[in-house]
Amino acid sequence: MTVTGELSTLEPAVVPERTGTGPWLQPWVGGLAAGALWVGAGALTAAWPDADDWAYTRELAAAEAVGGALLVLVGLLGSRTGALFERLRNLAPWLIVLALALAVWEVAVAKLNLLPRPFFAPPQAFLEVYLDDGRRLAECAFASFGLLAVGYLLGAVAGFTAGVAIGWSRAVAYWGHPLLRLIGPLPATAWLPIAFFAFPSSWSASVFLIALASAIPVAVLTWSGVAGVNSAYYDIARTLGASPRFLVLRVAIPAAMPHVFVGLFMGLCMAFSVLVVAEMVGVKAGLGWYLQWAQGWAAYANMYAALLVLALVCSTLVGLLFRVRDRVLVWQKGLLKW
Amino acid sequence: MVAAAPLRRDPEPVVGLALEVAGVDHRFDLHGEPLPVLEQISFRVEPGEFVAVLGPSGCGKSTLLRLVAGLEPPTTGRLLADGAAIVGPDPSRLMVFQDPTLFPWRTVRDNVALGLEARGLMRGERHRIQKALGLVGLGAFAGAYPHQLSGGMAQRAALARALVNDPRLLILDEPLGKLDSLTRLGMQGELVGLWRRAGFTALLVTHDIEEALVMATRVLVLGPRPARLVADLPVERAYPRHRDDPHLVALRHRILELLGLAATW
Repeated sequence: MTVTGELSTLEPAVVPERTGTGPWLQPWVGGLAAGALWVGAGALTAAWPDADDWAYTRELAAAEAVGGALLVLVGLLGSRTGALFERLRNLAPWLIVLALALAVWEVAVAKLNLLPRPFFAPPQAFLEVYLDDGRRLAECAFASFGLLAVGYLLGAVAGFTAGVAIGWSRAVAYWGHPLLRLIGPLPATAWLPIAFFAFPSSWSASVFLIALASAIPVAVLTWSGVAGVNSAYYDIARTLGASPRFLVLRVAIPAAMPHVFVGLFMGLCMAFSVLVVAEMVGVKAGLGWYLQWAQGWAAYANMYAALLVLALVCSTLVGLLFRVRDRVLVWQKGLLKW
Repeated sequence: MVAAAPLRRDPEPVVGLALEVAGVDHRFDLHGEPLPVLEQISFRVEPGEFVAVLGPSGCGKSTLLRLVAGLEPPTTGRLLADGAAIVGPDPSRLMVFQDPTLFPWRTVRDNVALGLEARGLMRGERHRIQKALGLVGLGAFAGAYPHQLSGGMAQRAALARALVNDPRLLILDEPLGKLDSLTRLGMQGELVGLWRRAGFTALLVTHDIEEALVMATRVLVLGPRPARLVADLPVERAYPRHRDDPHLVALRHRILELLGLAATW
């Protein structure tokens, strides 16, 4: 038995190695430039008097200057800062543009008062919200996360189970497919009035709506994944003595996983939108409620600050889902990166 | 039909299975019209024989193998394994397809483990996986994923996935059809070597007359669809065989004639 000539086609999993060898001190020009600009933005914020009495202007200036100084330090030491440098080295253009954008924003809103009040807030207003109202914002973020987690997990499990059943069993497909076709396209928010009336609390109604919204894409994609499994896989498994249980658990489901993850991603996005609507309409907590509340008080800075928190929460959750997918689908080539 | 036994050089106890195909007709349903594929196919394969089935493209050779594997029932007629009717797939009759169809989400080792896992034998028989991988020369690639393998390596892995179960009949559906010609020549020899050492019965479908003559103890020739058996030719030559052996060359000519292609030679 020989394997001559074939070994070379096994793809080498070699990652080009980045080493910190070379001159003792190798400054990082991009970092130095970004650091200088951040220090500059801080100086501008501190030296130019505000057009109005904004709170936390000095704190903002100090934060910008300290951040800039740290960047300059990393820039001077370059690759000698190790892991930190590795993480930052590609971010220099972003850090530069962010410093410039922040300076322009600061000048336009806080220094020259160019944009209509109260709809626009300067950067220090964000700082004010996070420092003065941070506790409430954190509580809201936590409440949103809890609601989302319960609803989404229930929905994902239900959708996955339904999708596998419809994809696998003709009988389930006969009854389930028309239902899914009828209910699937209906936006989950259309159930809002019924849900708030039928469930004992607005929280449980919201869990139901989020679960419904996330279950449908998961069910549809799981179903199409299971239905689309190469029938040769079943032939192979059957000749090897596989039971129907083995065919479902060890052939159909793993083969459908790439589809399932697309469904989980779509379901998560649907869940975000339903979460915010449910919190704006009925639930007396969470970031959706905070947005609504801030708008009621014309506290636009609070609204922007909450939006930013919401964006971070959603982005983190999607990132987490993609991390799980990369783990589960490690056998696939050329995965979409997040 | 006992010609196979003397050809085998090392006389191990034969574990091969006796296959009998008796009066098999098979039709496909094509848009409501019956499409006859196999007509009155009858033959017998003795334990330990290596039988190759040749025929024009699309004549129903692969269908015949699916019937033998038990993946489909014949429209009429009977298929018997050691005298018992074939009613479904069974790990004693394993198939290797033209496409290796490894499960892409499993490593090579876990692909080979499929049969043992499916039958709940992993606890006691795990050691056989590495042995089977060694047998096909993939010992070092147990942890690789299928997309990392070349065509020949993937087909070897598929072979190991079958062999680990000690099949008594190995059904080969153009297993070398998609390989490049050099790999193909090498693997013809390897397959014959495995068959001679293990003692299973082999049923091979191929398009390649030379391949059939180099590997098999008997060649069945099928006609165009609906396929009938047009010839049953024993190949009485010891292994390893040479492609320019006059007996094989004469057989090759005869088969080309049977397939209506004599003018091409």
